This record gives sequence, C-alpha cells and structure tokens, in this order.
Amino acid sequence: MDRIFYELTESVRIAMAQVRANKMRSALTALGVIIGIVAVTLMGTAIRGIDIGFNKSLAMLGDDVLYVQKWPWGNVEDWWNYVNRPPLKPEDAVALNRIIAGTANSQLEIGVFTDARSTSVKAGGESVNGVYTFGANADYSRFLVADFQEGRLYSATESDSARQVCVLGFDVAQALFPGRSSIGQKVIVQGQPFTVVGVLVKQGSFLGLFSMDNQMMLPLGAYRKYFGIRDDNTQLQVKVKDKNKLDEAREELTGAMRRVRGLAPGERDNFSLNGGDGFKKQLEPIKQGIAFAGLFITGLSLFVGAIGIMNITFVSVRERTKEIGTRKALGARRRTILLQFLIEAVSICAAGGVVGLGVTYGMCMAVKTAMPNFPLEFSVSLVAISMTVAIATGIISGFVPALGASRLDPVVALRYE
Amino acid sequence: MSPPAPVESRILRPVGPLVISIENVTKLYHMGDETIHALRGVSLEIRRNEYLAIMGPSGSGKSTLMNMLGCLDTPTAGKYEFSGQDVASMVDDELADIRNREIGFVFQTFNLLARSDALRNVELPLIYGGISPHDRHERATAALVSVGLGDRIHHRPNELSGGQRQRVAIARALVNRPSIILADEPTGNLDSKTGVEIMALFEDLYEKGNTLIVVTHEESVARHARRIIRLRDGLIESDAPAD
Ligand SMILES: Nc1ncnc2c1ncn2[C@@H]1O[C@H](COP(=O)(O)OP(=O)(O)OP(=O)(O)O)[C@@H](O)[C@H]1O
Ligand SMILES: [Mg+2]
Repeated sequence: MDRIFYELTESVRIAMAQVRANKMRSALTALGVIIGIVAVTLMGTAIRGIDIGFNKSLAMLGDDVLYVQKWPWGNVEDWWNYVNRPPLKPEDAVALNRIIAGTANSQLEIGVFTDARSTSVKAGGESVNGVYTFGANADYSRFLVADFQEGRLYSATESDSARQVCVLGFDVAQALFPGRSSIGQKVIVQGQPFTVVGVLVKQGSFLGLFSMDNQMMLPLGAYRKYFGIRDDNTQLQVKVKDKNKLDEAREELTGAMRRVRGLAPGERDNFSLNGGDGFKKQLEPIKQGIAFAGLFITGLSLFVGAIGIMNITFVSVRERTKEIGTRKALGARRRTILLQFLIEAVSICAAGGVVGLGVTYGMCMAVKTAMPNFPLEFSVSLVAISMTVAIATGIISGFVPALGASRLDPVVALRYE
Repeated sequence: MSPPAPVESRILRPVGPLVISIENVTKLYHMGDETIHALRGVSLEIRRNEYLAIMGPSGSGKSTLMNMLGCLDTPTAGKYEFSGQDVASMVDDELADIRNREIGFVFQTFNLLARSDALRNVELPLIYGGISPHDRHERATAALVSVGLGDRIHHRPNELSGGQRQRVAIARALVNRPSIILADEPTGNLDSKTGVEIMALFEDLYEKGNTLIVVTHEESVARHARRIIRLRDGLIESDAPAD
C-alpha cells in the first residue's frame, strides 16, 4: 500500500520536474488543450444560456396554459383542412367555463377569450408604434405571470361595462410617461382616450425576439368596440390546475371543446390545442441539434489538443527510453512507468483545463458586462465537467504512449541511445 | 582510497549458500530472418560472497549473460533459479521485484537521472521498494557516505566527475542490500586511475561480505576477482579461480 503511495508521489514529482525542464514545450502543448477547453466551455455556457433564456421565456407565457386556436403551432402542409374551421368566439369561453364548473375533479381551472392586434399608442406628444394590444376580460388576472409595477388590472365591473381603461407594458409606459407615474393618465388608442390603471413590471423578451414589455391590455368589450371583430387572432387561453398532468388536462379540454362545438362522435376536431409543453417539445430537437453540432465542432479543437498531448507523451517516452530502462532495472514495475507518463500527460491537461476555464470565465464576465442580454451562463457544473473532460483527455491521449513505455523490454530500453 | 592490495596478500572469504544456479541456458535473438545464438547452453553456479569476473571477446555473450543473471531478461531455454526461485517462468513485475530486492546494477554509462541529485538517485530503488521517506533518506545518505561521497549528497550528476558518478551508481546498487551486485564494464568509461579507485571500492565491498559479478574485457580488472569465467561464442570456455 505504502509502495503505491510512494510511487505516486514520485510520479507526480517526476511529472512536475519534467514540465519544469521543458517549460516552452509543455506550455505550447497545454495551449492546445486550453484552446480546446475554452471552445468547449464557451459553447457549453452558450448552450446553457440559451436553455435558461428559453425556459424563462416559456415561463413568461405561462407553462400551465393551453391555447385553443384555429391553427396549430408550427407549419401545416394541409392548410385546407384548417382554413374553414370556425374561429374562436367569446361565447366559447363562457360555454367552456360552464362545462369546467360542472366537471368533478376537473384538471382545468378557467378559460379566457383573447384577441390581439398591433397598434400605436399616443400620449401628449409621444407615440409608440407596434404595441401588441390585446383584449381580455378581467378573468385574465388568473393568467398574468408578471407583477404590477404600479396600479392593478381592471376589475370585472370595468371590463364588463366596456370602460375605456388599459394596462400598459413597462416599455410603453416608460416611453409615454418617462420618469413619472402613468396611473390615471390618458392614452389615445384608435383615436379614443383610455385611462391607465396599471403598469406591468419589466419582463424582457420572449426568446429574444418578441418584447413582453411592448404590450397593452384592454377590456375585451372596449377592444372589440374600437378594433372591430377580425377573427384571425382569437383564441381561448385555458389554465391547467396541475402542470405535471398536462396530458390529462389536454384530453379533458379536447372533450370539453368538442361539447362546446357540438361535434358528433367520429367528427374531426375543428380546433387546435397548442401550448403547454408542445412548444417546448417542438423546440427540443432544434436545441439538441444546436448543442450537438456546437459541441462537435468545438470538440474537434479539443481533439487537436489531445493529439498534441499524445504526441508530446510519445516524444517524452522516446527521449527517456534509457531512463525507463534504468528505472526498470532498479525495480520499477509496469504500472509505475505507466503512471509516471500518464500523470505527466494529465498534469499538462489539468493545467490547460484550469487556465482554459479561467479564460472562459473572464470572457463570460466581459460579455456579460458588455451585452447583459447575451445568453451565457457560467456554472459550477461547467467547472466540474470541463475539468473532467481535461483530465479524461490527458488519460486517453497519454495512455497509448504510457502503455508503450511500461511495456518496454528493459534490456532494449537500456541499450537505447 | 588505498591502491588495490597486491594479489598475493588479499583475503579470500569463505563462500556462502547458493544464490544463482543456471543450467544449460540459451538465448536466441531474431534479427529478421537471421537467428543469433547469443548463449548456446551455459551452466553456472554462484554462491554468496563470491567475486566473479566474466570475460570474453566482444560479442561473446557477456552482456547477455549478465542481463540474464540480473533478471532483466529471461532465457530462451534452460533453467534459472535465484535463491531457489524459478526465474525463467516469472512475469515482468515479478522480475522487477527480484531486481529491486536482490540485485544491484552498475552500468558502464552510470545511468544516473540527470535532473536528480545524488541523494535522489540513490533513493530510487528504495522508492520502488516501498521504503518510507525518512528511512529512505537515512539509508541513501549512509550508502553515499560508504562510497566516500558524504560531501556530495546534493550534487547533480553534471556537477560530479566520472569516478564520482560511478560511485553514486554503486551507492544506488548497494542501498537496498542486494544479494548480488552486477557491474557491466564498470570502468569502461573511466580513465585508468579512476578505474583503479573503483576496483578498490569493489574490493572493499567484497571484503564487507557482498557478492560481486563484474563483466570486463580488461585482464587488469578481472585480476581483482576471485573467480574468472571466460566466454566464447556463447559458451563457457573456462571457469577457474583467479590466481
Ligand atoms: N537485443 C539484441 N538483438 C539482437 N542481437 C543481440 C541483441 N543483444 C545482443 N545481441 C547479439 O548477441 C551477441 C552477444 O551480445 P552481447 O552484448 O552479449 O556481447 P558482449 O559479450 O557483451 O559484447 P561486448 O564486449 O561488445 O559488450 C552479439 O552477437 C549481439 O550482436
Ligand atoms: Mg557487452
């Protein structure tokens, strides 16, 4: 037992001495590993960053909400099967909620009808264009993911009496009323004055594409009055009680919607159920594809680093063939020689890994400072994984030359000049 | 160092039990299609506290025999027993252990580790033998003192003369208290005066009870031994006490 320990410490000492004696060579070899580790870890942080951003975005939408719509999400080739479906109507929500109320142990909580359009909002001299404006009644309070920066959602009374009130997204409020409270202010939408009753907190953007802060909510009645009825964006949002039982909820909702629509058994659904984890499921293969391709490409640079390690270990073994012979003559066993060269390869790789991680960390910090929204996430598990990768690289690439060294015939090795 | 004692006045220690016994050992080397018979059937017994010289012309198989005796190599055919253990059938790591415990090597080219000081060079067999750092340090220092290098412990090989380097190598061969010490042309890389000093050191080791086998093709070196074996073409030509 002691012997293994002494041999190990001896191996570490030799490896250190060897690295010190060949500083330039070791540094250059380590550089290959450093570049590989930086590439792989940067890609790792980017993938993780994208993943986290993606999940944040999904949470913005509400991951416990199903959408009943005319069209399914994603591309359809058989558009003719969908185009003649009836649009979703406010009455559908009323009928659906009645069914939910009448179902024992329903997995569904409530449905709300919404319609949406892009428009411009004015106040004083300021104007904001392209505001995502949607109409929904006060039931929408159950779907709100974001908190209120100030104020509140309009009440059921306000909503049902089609009062001209609105809730603004953070950016809209900032643009129209910079540096002051928006509550009680009038904004002009479609030429009509609306009183601001609430402002949502800043939420960021969905997948970096669609700002959640550039929006506005109106009571459904007022919305329909001034925007008219165009059925292309109508939908029912339906909240699910337990997001871990999405499949049951989906099944129940399908049944309920068929009753709402009065479909006979055997008739095809004339609506689509979207959302829940469907969106996630759809994006998952894309995400995995990006991750796989990214890691593969960056992995190549690590592979090049590994070849450098293998090469340097071969050189090291060759240079010290006579030394290996001497050590064997003095009683070094195979595993001792194997360990000696493995530890040498691994310590160069581990050093490369540490430096590579440091570089990655520095780059992440720099990028975070410069571009706070850029999706990069440095993490403890990344440190663990890349150190494991670095050490594994050392072991794998050092193994063949080290094994060769350990198997050298002592007589042949001693004769080597 | 005192000059070697005149041949007639030197002591002959009583020999001890059998250490090495080889019987009809052959060694073949294959070089492409050609087969080289380095040893063609050598039988030999060596007892504890013998001082043996192996002589012969170049290519006669001296080094081959030496490597065999030192368990660096195994015979192609024949029997080899080291202290009653069958060596011919041992695997690599078993041979390594035998070399570590039982055999001390002295090479013509010293074979010291260039980047390690004298002490670490001498400690090496003790590391492979699993000796604790404290004991290692003590024993290696004592070995260096015994070869007259007590004041050169922390010198590296390139800071030592050829004779001093060979002394470090001898200290390294001694440090594990091996059953036999094998030296292949130990004076081959030294000038004659230094060679004489090294042979005096060997004489000293012999008188202290060590078993020595020295390969040489110089009669003046062989004369120090108590028994001389002459090889020719892989066979023992003569095996006689030195007179
Ligand atoms: N590894 C080897 N491969 C092939 N042939 C070898 C090998 N080692 C030794 N020989 C051959 O075996 C024969 C004996 O070699 P050995 O080295 O034992 O001679 P030697 O008596 O020590 O000679 P020298 O006095 O020159 O050192 C020689 O013909 C040599 O060429
Ligand atoms: Mg020879």
